[in-house]
Amino acid sequence: MAVGIVGYGAYIPLHRIKVEEIAKVWGADAPSYKRGLMLQEKSVPAPDQDVITMSVEAARKALKRSGINPVDIGNIYIGSESHPYAVKPSGTVVAEAIGATPDIHCADFEFACKAGSESMFVSYGLVKAGLVKYGLGIGADTSQGAPGDALEYSASAGAAAFLFGEENLLATVDHTCSYTTDTPDFWRREYQFYPRHGGRFTGEPAYFKHVMGAGTKLLELSGLKPSDFQWAVFHQPNGKFPMKVGKKLGFTEEQMTQGWLVPKLGNTYSGASPLGLTAILDVAKPGDKIFMCSYGSGAGSDGFVFTAQDKLTEVQGAATQTWDQLNKARYLEYGAYAKFRGKINKLEEN
Amino acid sequence: MRDVAVIGVGINKWGELWEHSLRNIFVDAALKAIDDAGVDHVDSMYVGCMTSGLFVGQEHLSSLFTDYMGLNPIPATRVESACASGGVAFRSAIMEVASGMSDVVLAGGVEKMNDLDGGGVTFALATASDQEYEAYNGITFPGLYALMARAHMEKYGTTREQLAHVAVKNHANGVLNPDAQFPMKITVDTVLNSVEVADPLRLMDCSPVTDGAAALIVCPLDMASKFSKATPVRVAASTMGTDTIALHSRSDLTFLNSTATAAEKAYAMAGVGPRDIDVTEVHDCFTIAEICVTEALGYFEKGQGGAAAEAGATARDGEFPVNPSGGLKSKGHPVGATGVAQVVEIVKQLRGDAGERQIKGVKRGLTQNMGGTGGSSVVHILEAV
Repeated sequence: MAVGIVGYGAYIPLHRIKVEEIAKVWGADAPSYKRGLMLQEKSVPAPDQDVITMSVEAARKALKRSGINPVDIGNIYIGSESHPYAVKPSGTVVAEAIGATPDIHCADFEFACKAGSESMFVSYGLVKAGLVKYGLGIGADTSQGAPGDALEYSASAGAAAFLFGEENLLATVDHTCSYTTDTPDFWRREYQFYPRHGGRFTGEPAYFKHVMGAGTKLLELSGLKPSDFQWAVFHQPNGKFPMKVGKKLGFTEEQMTQGWLVPKLGNTYSGASPLGLTAILDVAKPGDKIFMCSYGSGAGSDGFVFTAQDKLTEVQGAATQTWDQLNKARYLEYGAYAKFRGKINKLEEN
Repeated sequence: MRDVAVIGVGINKWGELWEHSLRNIFVDAALKAIDDAGVDHVDSMYVGCMTSGLFVGQEHLSSLFTDYMGLNPIPATRVESACASGGVAFRSAIMEVASGMSDVVLAGGVEKMNDLDGGGVTFALATASDQEYEAYNGITFPGLYALMARAHMEKYGTTREQLAHVAVKNHANGVLNPDAQFPMKITVDTVLNSVEVADPLRLMDCSPVTDGAAALIVCPLDMASKFSKATPVRVAASTMGTDTIALHSRSDLTFLNSTATAAEKAYAMAGVGPRDIDVTEVHDCFTIAEICVTEALGYFEKGQGGAAAEAGATARDGEFPVNPSGGLKSKGHPVGATGVAQVVEIVKQLRGDAGERQIKGVKRGLTQNMGGTGGSSVVHILEAV
């Protein structure tokens, strides 16, 4: 029996900050950042938003589109590098909030920016193995970039949730693969607030090697050509990388633009390619083939081939769509942004 | 003193060589030089490397490289003169052969720079400046060369566009070099619109951070046919000059005394003048450097280097073809390897092996390799036999 996506949902915070606003504070050249990284602005979580609240928002939309009873969900895995707690899962809070407890498997996933796609793969796998009726995989992050670092222009927030099952499929999962090596291009040790990265090492030997590795393997496994797909989405740490790697694999801008959210959204880390996938599912037509490839530092890439099913068109409008969320924005100045992100803190009076 | 010839050259594709280590980059280039020469042994080796200790935490390169090339127990020496380390390695090998101490000597240069981030690379390179009077006050090499550029502009009216023409020409040459790190065509606008690094220098005025190596085999000229089937190229001159390490100690910021001194001696040693040089490789770590060097070599009057570059005098079909390899700007600048790679290019040009970038009818070539802001300069003149 085919296994696939039975529900999906996206959540993007309302607040944004523009590249110019960050560059102004650090005396940096905004046009060169905008050109070099192909970024315009990024989402910013409000002070009361975190991976848990955003995951709840995205999961509720996925439930709405699926129409299933949450008690039938057999697992919840949230992939993130910004879980609010170092010890204590995010998933239990989300499971409770959506009414999926107590008969549910739960653990938090971490694999830099690909923890979300890994949670999707495991959820899909459990359904396919017949161990759970429905599996919920979420990718969510409120990623941090150190003040003034190149990452500060891209590190943003968002969440995407996917319910996997065997009936009433919105899209089938046709093929999956993964490509993993020990490549330390980006990391954050315990007790450190901001991640560190290997500069240009994060490019060719890290992102491009792994996305090309998984992407090429996925094309081979599926026996499909890039032109057989209507849509393609890649991990998007900045605007440039996904377009470059996609074209290198043989995809066109037309196939990639719908899921290329990063110029306005920034890099949502574990949420990045999953959120791009939600934007594609919002418009895909039955029969459309979708190519997805994530990337996580450390490093690895997960690949998926989906085929949109008839039922998809019935539920596309059942919850707020991804681009509609992206187009609704409230802009922050750097001061408020610094407060929202905990870069400055109010003195606690004794 | 015996006449010395270059009988073998080796270089690899330069760039961000993430999959390769310092040792295998060097060994690859060195083995290519040995293969090219066809020699069955090496008596001695010199390695030019500026600061492998800071870049990858590895010193003691003499033992490391002889070990991994299977050359133990030959003598090997690592030499350092900042970005002129490669030129000094070649000069050391020449002197050892000329003196009669050894017959077949390998001169190599290497640097693996990309294992550090931008700040680390900037710090490592800045150790070639005067630590107490320059680096500690915050200036780094882009800033020092920017001062030279500004002084040249003020004194001689050199324009921002003229600086850009140096980069445009070198990239046009680099397109034809399969070993170049950045073999792409650029325009004056590409340079003028690139990010400002240190006014008036922009990103595209600066040579890149590069991993790479190059190697040469030298032997006595009269023994070349005994050791090798390769066409020998004669070393007509090998000279070196020095100047104040700190830029601010010089009476004229725009003139490279170390280069001028080395060039004068080289012309005398080879019995030629600037007009007898058919092809040149110079140390264009920044666009302004090439302008100052071509003046110090006597190719152009003081202050005329910028105008000459703009007029195309240094293009492949110009009066003084400079940097047909693409130069440091396009080919890349793994600091310790640069001086050796310049000789590799001139030998290829003199042998007629330079492929699409071959300059026709060249008989004599010159290399100029420089440390710091010109605190040291090495000049070599090579001739077809």
